Amino acid sequence: MTLTKDESGAATPDADDSYTPSQRRIERERLKRARARRATAIAAVSTLVTAVVLYLVVVSAPGWPRTKETFFNGQYAREAFPKVLEGLWLNVRLLLICGVAVLVLGMLIAIARTLRGPVFFPLRFLAAAYTDFFRGLPLIINLMIVVLGVPALRLQGVTVDPVLLGGTALTLTYSAYVAEVFRAGIESVHPSQRAAARSLGLSNRQALRHVVLPQAVRRQVPPLLNDLVSLQKDTGLVSIGGAIDAVRAADIIVGRSLNYTPYIVAGLVFVALTIPMTRFTDWVTARMDRRRAQGGTT
Amino acid sequence: MHLAPRALRRAAAAASIALLATAVGCAPQPEDDANAKASGSTGTTCAKGKLATKSSGKLTVATDEPAYEPWFKDDKPASGKGFESAVTYAVAKQLGYGKSAVVWQSVPFNKAFAPGEKTFDFDINQVSISAERKKAVDFSSGYYDVRQAVIALKGTKAAKAKSIADLKGLKLGAQVGTTSLNYIEDVVKPTREAAAYAKNDQAKSALQNGQVDAIVVDLPTAFYITAAEVTDGTIVGQFENQAGTPEQFGLVLDRGSALTSCVTAAVDALRKDGTLAKLEQEWLSDAVDAPVLK
Repeated sequence: MTLTKDESGAATPDADDSYTPSQRRIERERLKRARARRATAIAAVSTLVTAVVLYLVVVSAPGWPRTKETFFNGQYAREAFPKVLEGLWLNVRLLLICGVAVLVLGMLIAIARTLRGPVFFPLRFLAAAYTDFFRGLPLIINLMIVVLGVPALRLQGVTVDPVLLGGTALTLTYSAYVAEVFRAGIESVHPSQRAAARSLGLSNRQALRHVVLPQAVRRQVPPLLNDLVSLQKDTGLVSIGGAIDAVRAADIIVGRSLNYTPYIVAGLVFVALTIPMTRFTDWVTARMDRRRAQGGTT
Repeated sequence: MHLAPRALRRAAAAASIALLATAVGCAPQPEDDANAKASGSTGTTCAKGKLATKSSGKLTVATDEPAYEPWFKDDKPASGKGFESAVTYAVAKQLGYGKSAVVWQSVPFNKAFAPGEKTFDFDINQVSISAERKKAVDFSSGYYDVRQAVIALKGTKAAKAKSIADLKGLKLGAQVGTTSLNYIEDVVKPTREAAAYAKNDQAKSALQNGQVDAIVVDLPTAFYITAAEVTDGTIVGQFENQAGTPEQFGLVLDRGSALTSCVTAAVDALRKDGTLAKLEQEWLSDAVDAPVLK
């Protein structure tokens, strides 16, 4: 085969055995590139027009000077920033500690709910009751009860620290959510996988550990991240007990000045915290997918 | 293949342009009306009962819900009972509005200061006047000189404090957004970070639960709390005025409101003829003798 036929049907000699695209193909690719450039240009112009119109709508609003002064005041932004960051440290610590506790507890509950066999009925029942209760109970009420109610019992040796109590309440609620994510993931693995594992001689526990969970976890990453971002924002609710987090730090300055800029600062700081978290999980997911692809082909 | 998406796209583009156009169209609001009126009407008399109020012939007054004692009685601002309720009706009368012409409105503390058109003529909610806050809203002249007080549980170390120095090592709490919290931060400067609560109610339960050693509230509230709510609590003492200027509660009005000068004149008149002192005597009578912390 020393000849290749291009689409026009003309035979061309292929001297050095390398591929030379046909005239028609080159033409087609040029057209495609032109189309792509045109699409990009239209998108850019459209975005620009939208941005300008939105900007003009906001800026030409009669209340804009007042809004700008109240929500985008440089002086208060500078004053609020270090205090908000200081408060954010509390949010971050709570997120890390509660995040780990939630993952562990959620996983245990999910496994308890998926255990088979009549012996485990009470465990299954308790796990289901737990998720039903704490998923339904509004977080704010849970926090009020734990942060304000538990110390009222005056139990010896039980902390009255609002941060520890608030963290406990967050863990209780969020592990119920996360347990359901885990359970959905576990149940999404086709039963044939478990059956195959069992037929290879793996025990039920080994099948769960080596076959089901690794597949389940991959599918759980996006919803788990959702819950983690949610948890990150809700860590601020420990301020019910008087602790000063980023939002409460902003509150304090707003209360004194009646200027709302500190809220904007706090909001942006939270967003800035979420973005790297999202990128990180994207990276983790991509890495897991790569590994899976490798495992499949080699 | 090509035609349908293109037609769709055109339609979408047209729709979004129309949407934006309507957005521009409905954006303007008569925000500057109040300012215009204020500058235009300076020096005009405050004709009795004929002010440029939100709804003509009525005076709309806002306060937070629930309305706390001793400022309001039984969470009913319209009862005329409680200091701030009584002051409101006195001011209304001074402005030429009878009791039936006063309309109450529930506005959360934070929302009372948000920019944008106000839904009320003035807000009465134990708001302290400060130069910083005056950048955001108008204040009438002060209708009450307030002092901040410290509450602790009887028999605790905090209850025995005699001076500000004795408070320094304690865990103190107050409601966020209040001058009470500022007193902790600016006057006491405690070694442990102050706890800031969304509501005084939560500060009270934290005190009862031992999560804080003492809380700071204004003096009349302190008397009410220790008399009726936290009966095992006691007033440790009150703070002196900062830098010699008394802290005052003022009525909150929209910035540049046409009513500010009239309301201020009414409050001044009530102070002059002794009405404010009389109402204070009636509703806050015992809020006078608490040891001063130096």
